[in-house]
Amino acid sequence: MAKAAQSAPTVAPGVSHALSNDRLLSMYRVMVLARAIDERCLSLQRQGRIGFYVPASGQEAAQIGCAAALRDEDWIFPAYREIGIALWRKVPFRALMDQFIGNSTDRVKGRQMPNHYSFRDHNFVSASSPIGTQITQAVGAAMAIQRRHVPQVTATFFGDGATSSNDFHAGMNFAGVYRTPTIFFCQNNQWAISLPRNRQTHSATLAQKAEAYGFSGVVVDGTDVHAVYDAVATARERALAGEGPTLIEAQVYRFGPHSTSDDPHRYRSDADVAEWKRKDPILRLREELRTSGALSDETESQLQEAVKREISESIEAAEGAPALDPMTLFDDTFAQRTPRLEEERAEFQRLLREGVIRP
Amino acid sequence: MSEMTLVQAVNRGLFEAMKQDPDVLVLGEDVGVDGGVFRATDGLIKEYGAERVIDTPLSETGIIGTAVGMALYGLKPVAEIQFLDFIYPAFDQIVSELAKFRFRSGGQYPCHVVIRAPYGGGIKGGVYHSQSTEAYFCHTAGLKVAIPSTPADAKGLLLTAIHDEDPVMFFEPKRIYRTATGEVPDGDYRVPFGQARTVREGEHLSIFAYGAMIPPASEAAAALAKDGISAEVIDLRTLVPLDEAAAVASVEKTGRAVVVHEAARFCGFGAELSAILAEKAFYSLKAPILRVTGYDTPFPYALENVYLPNAARIEAAARAVMQEG
Ligand SMILES: Cc1ncc(C[n+]2csc(CCOP(=O)(O)OP(=O)(O)O)c2C)c(N)n1
Ligand SMILES: [Mg+2]
Repeated sequence: MAKAAQSAPTVAPGVSHALSNDRLLSMYRVMVLARAIDERCLSLQRQGRIGFYVPASGQEAAQIGCAAALRDEDWIFPAYREIGIALWRKVPFRALMDQFIGNSTDRVKGRQMPNHYSFRDHNFVSASSPIGTQITQAVGAAMAIQRRHVPQVTATFFGDGATSSNDFHAGMNFAGVYRTPTIFFCQNNQWAISLPRNRQTHSATLAQKAEAYGFSGVVVDGTDVHAVYDAVATARERALAGEGPTLIEAQVYRFGPHSTSDDPHRYRSDADVAEWKRKDPILRLREELRTSGALSDETESQLQEAVKREISESIEAAEGAPALDPMTLFDDTFAQRTPRLEEERAEFQRLLREGVIRP
Repeated sequence: MSEMTLVQAVNRGLFEAMKQDPDVLVLGEDVGVDGGVFRATDGLIKEYGAERVIDTPLSETGIIGTAVGMALYGLKPVAEIQFLDFIYPAFDQIVSELAKFRFRSGGQYPCHVVIRAPYGGGIKGGVYHSQSTEAYFCHTAGLKVAIPSTPADAKGLLLTAIHDEDPVMFFEPKRIYRTATGEVPDGDYRVPFGQARTVREGEHLSIFAYGAMIPPASEAAAALAKDGISAEVIDLRTLVPLDEAAAVASVEKTGRAVVVHEAARFCGFGAELSAILAEKAFYSLKAPILRVTGYDTPFPYALENVYLPNAARIEAAARAVMQEG
């Protein structure tokens, strides 16, 4: 069970929510997939095949451990680094790749930078760039759930940096006041771009901030799927029992750059990174599965092969998809285009026809 | 004089201001150790230390609210907002507080904060790393708004902003941070506010632009010149205060105007400028004023090339105004 925030930095894996080997294997598979996607996408960005990328390496156990403890009907209010959650929800990598490219099959119609996807079919709400905005929204959706009396929770995802945002504090306060079925899942990856965790807040833990808002906050080792799964499953049970929100601080480390625009050598040492890489969540789970006999060499190599194939095929398909139709620019600003937008659309169409603008 | 990029000129301006006055300090996200995500504050922390180059927690309200407090007390804070798109958590502090302190205290509490923010599209930044929302700030009485388009202006306008007595929004065209290069005077170089720059003289029409739209406006003027159309290109440099006299004089000379900005058209800065020209230069106008702007949709990602005004669009608008009257 998760301990109260102030007392301990790490919570021991729970026995109350034990995971079967089968389930652990499927979690492992998604973790491996997420990591492999990261590696491929970083190189696609370097080759100019995608414009930008936000890696999540190091955070797989936190994301997949959390996602596995939620149910598909629970609403996700993500930030931009939540690839593991999307993959666990069975969003195909092809759909993510479409978004990274912004092609004609991109579900968000090329409107956002890579990693800012959205899949209503998977209860995965649209991610935006402004930090923290999803947090209050998750609380609002949870208030709506309360009003409808549905056994469902909302989970919102954000980083250590986001705990300084207005929305974090407003969201936590509302959640405490209305005792909403909300899980605040903070991935403390130790950095907000160049700002280390200890300069973001003087609090001993991020989790302890829940105390001030009148509900419980727990710290978990985010490299341990068991600990994360247990904390989230517990928080979900409590939320459904009407016991209100929980803040979970999953302590992880961002192995890669903040994004492909970032050079982490400017602010952190390789030694620090190497130290944390010894706690690589994927190696950790692999070790465990091997020891327990759940993962043979053969299964491992099959899995690696399958992941590689899925990634290559998805990239090929997404790159082969037609480009976005420029006329889609004028869709979705409003439900119905206003007369002014119709006029601009007609002008735009003429400029395209005349070759004044070229897609 | 030395040759540098626009972002280096911002950096030189900050160094100069911090050297001149120990009350000048810089605060924002990643401005210290990292030197700013665009490197505008590179090296400042080494020279002036963490007391004057402050890496803040992730809170724009925090950055601007504390800058307001510092300014009230007598310091000269230069706050960086990492992208203009992320300024909104601080909107309340800017429009309700910073802009109104002098007025609402009957002049007792002037509040001089400079807020630097990279703005605009063309960097594949999608909806939240590309917007050009200068009009919100121009519409708020009490804020000055400066937007440089050259390295020399970047340094000169920034130093003027830091020495001003009022709050200044200093919007930097990130798309040309590294492509705009030029000679920049050394030392305490200042460019006065409220004085437009004639980028290119012309007789037949006036093209008004600022920031990252100056290069495509100039390109369009060069293309028009080949057909004997002489376009005057005016860089407004500061939107508040606006050099209305220069705008009116140019249109009195040419009789035709095209207004360019990458922000959305409706209630964009072009609407104000067009209204001023209609009010003050109506009898000189031979054709309706045309605006070349972003569309009235949110800023796209994959389609930014067709969203942003380009030289060809500006040229087409210029030819259209030439056909009338
Ligand atoms: C309101 C706002 N301010 C600044 C930024 C620029 N920015 C993007 S990510 C980031 C750091 C976020 O750190 P954290 O919350 O820890 O999340 P992480 O990226 O580490 O997952 C910053 C400052 C932003 N996106 N939104
Ligand atoms: Mg972080």
